[in-house]
Amino acid sequence: MPVLTLSKAINTGLRRSLEDDPKVVVMGQDVGGLGGVFRVTDGLQKDFGADRVIDTPLAEASIVGTAIGLALRGYRPVCEIQFDGFVYPAFSQIVSQLAKIRARSGGKLAVPVVIRIPVGGGIGAVEHHSESNEAYFAHTAGLRVVCCSNPHDGHWMLRRALTAADPVIFYEPKRRYWTKDEVAEGPEHVLPLDRARILRPGTDLTLLTYGGMVQTCLQAAETAAAEGHDLEVIDLRSLSPLDLATIAESVDRTGRCVVAHEAPTFGGLGAEIGTSVTESCFYHLEAPVLRVGGFNTPYPPAKYEDQYLPDLDRVLDAVDRSLAW
Amino acid sequence: MEPVRLLAPDGTLTPDPRWPLDVTPQLCRDFYRRMSLARSFDNEALALQRQGELGLWLQSLGQEASQIGSITALRADDYVFPTYREHAAALCRGITPAELLVQWRGNTHSGWDPARYHFHICTLVLAAQLPHATGYAMGVQRDGSGEIVTAYFGDGSASQGEANEAFNWAAATEVPLLFFCQNNQWAISTPSRTQMRAPLHQRAAGFGLDAHLVDGNDVLAVHAVTSAVAAQIRAGGGPALIEALTYRMAGHSTSDDPGRYRTPSELDSWTTRDPIARLESLMTARGWLDDDFRAEVEAECSDLAAQTRKVCRELPLDDVSSLFGTVLAEETPLLAQERHRHEALTASFVD
Repeated sequence: MPVLTLSKAINTGLRRSLEDDPKVVVMGQDVGGLGGVFRVTDGLQKDFGADRVIDTPLAEASIVGTAIGLALRGYRPVCEIQFDGFVYPAFSQIVSQLAKIRARSGGKLAVPVVIRIPVGGGIGAVEHHSESNEAYFAHTAGLRVVCCSNPHDGHWMLRRALTAADPVIFYEPKRRYWTKDEVAEGPEHVLPLDRARILRPGTDLTLLTYGGMVQTCLQAAETAAAEGHDLEVIDLRSLSPLDLATIAESVDRTGRCVVAHEAPTFGGLGAEIGTSVTESCFYHLEAPVLRVGGFNTPYPPAKYEDQYLPDLDRVLDAVDRSLAW
Repeated sequence: MEPVRLLAPDGTLTPDPRWPLDVTPQLCRDFYRRMSLARSFDNEALALQRQGELGLWLQSLGQEASQIGSITALRADDYVFPTYREHAAALCRGITPAELLVQWRGNTHSGWDPARYHFHICTLVLAAQLPHATGYAMGVQRDGSGEIVTAYFGDGSASQGEANEAFNWAAATEVPLLFFCQNNQWAISTPSRTQMRAPLHQRAAGFGLDAHLVDGNDVLAVHAVTSAVAAQIRAGGGPALIEALTYRMAGHSTSDDPGRYRTPSELDSWTTRDPIARLESLMTARGWLDDDFRAEVEAECSDLAAQTRKVCRELPLDDVSSLFGTVLAEETPLLAQERHRHEALTASFVD
């Protein structure tokens, strides 16, 4: 079982997909000779050629737009958007075209495009390079929105995304790109795209999170355990559709729920999850669902991001408030 | 650049050796018939909208030569990306009146199976189809299939970023793609002189596209130029753009009132350049338009109008439950729950 960084695990996921399906094409800015700014596509153009690993012009709307055209022609494009904050020029193509073509065509057309987006903060970057914009896409009918948090999931969720019949927004937490972990091998590890995973079973409170916050929440659970509180940590993985069955089953057991994400809380995934949990688990809840997220400000300059991003203390503060309710 | 013109508004034919076209009675009769049918269908759809049978209609009136001259220059398997006004082109591909009307009755968002006609669904967010066409052409290029791709758009769309991205991208990737602009002079109420300073064909050349300007109300010129350009693209010559100068003789849509922004004299000046009347002048002068043929076409137009009226009122409307089944390949638990709740609520009502 190889130990890989998240970046390399996704890279090998792309490599396997390119080998498995001659219709898969990788496309984006600098994905060829450079291997992408995070090296996720490193070495692919050398081995699969410039026709299948395509360096594109610097034009996000057309990266997605031409991917749609390729998908209409029978190809399976996986596009890289270089940074989260650069996806907005492609917003119309994603929301009005990619997401809606199946419905607009009455189910006659499918556009199975995967859009990979390095997401979130924690790398000391300049503005527009640290955003968490998943709620925009989760709000849009017709897209699958997923976020991986570790090398194994990154590898296998991507491979599953590249066999899916639907468009997939595939988020990769950039502050975890260099985290190493085991990636299991074998087709039995292909992951469903719509399932959360209980990473740490617990009895006192359900801590829901995804992406770059997963490690923070696991640490919070360890700290809480030392204080005698047994937290269940769930990695949502799929942000749309949400795996409400797994979430509700957990909250029914624990009676308490905290949602933690990097994105601002207002109108974020936590708001949707909080409402859904309240509707499903009302008689089991011992406390309101609490949210921990980024502030409702634009993502700040790098010197402030340690204070902006929810850290161990802010997660534990929400946990304590819930437990004290 | 002067527009390529073979047929003057008075019907005088002047061949151009750069754009050879064998102008036969049969060719002219075919264009006359197709343009007359398209206009008849368009008129009937307008009437149906005025009677409340359609929610909206966008007329192709006046643009028949641009659409029919170009689409008939393509191979049947050349994939086409239309906007929402290409009814005349769509009819040439065999798309039926029912398929053309159902979206505008409000029953669906599209009317036909694109794979069957090699004709994409309408794109209403203007210019969004141009990157799609570029990407589709990248696929054709990789497949080496000998097809070319055509994208229709208008002068208004040409201002969109995606149009200019697509021109640049297509030129850079040398894909087999024809951008066909129907410059109908007006983007709703905004004239093309407000949209741009440099003419589109000039801008296109700057992007590295093989660019051409043609009299879009001259079906023979449009056909000759499109045939030659399509052949050149098919032979590996790279992408091209044709700007066809035409005129939207009706409003932007049935919700529009062009009397608020343009003068009767402008409309009159373009009426004298009507594409059907122009071809008719040539055919009459040459004795190619006898009474029998004219009557035959008139009868076909009447039949098409009658059929259009009939099918419009019979267009099927699916149950609301069908909406939930085409969002994703499979209905998600959320969608299933919403559908079930709505069905249960509806079933609970007592008449």
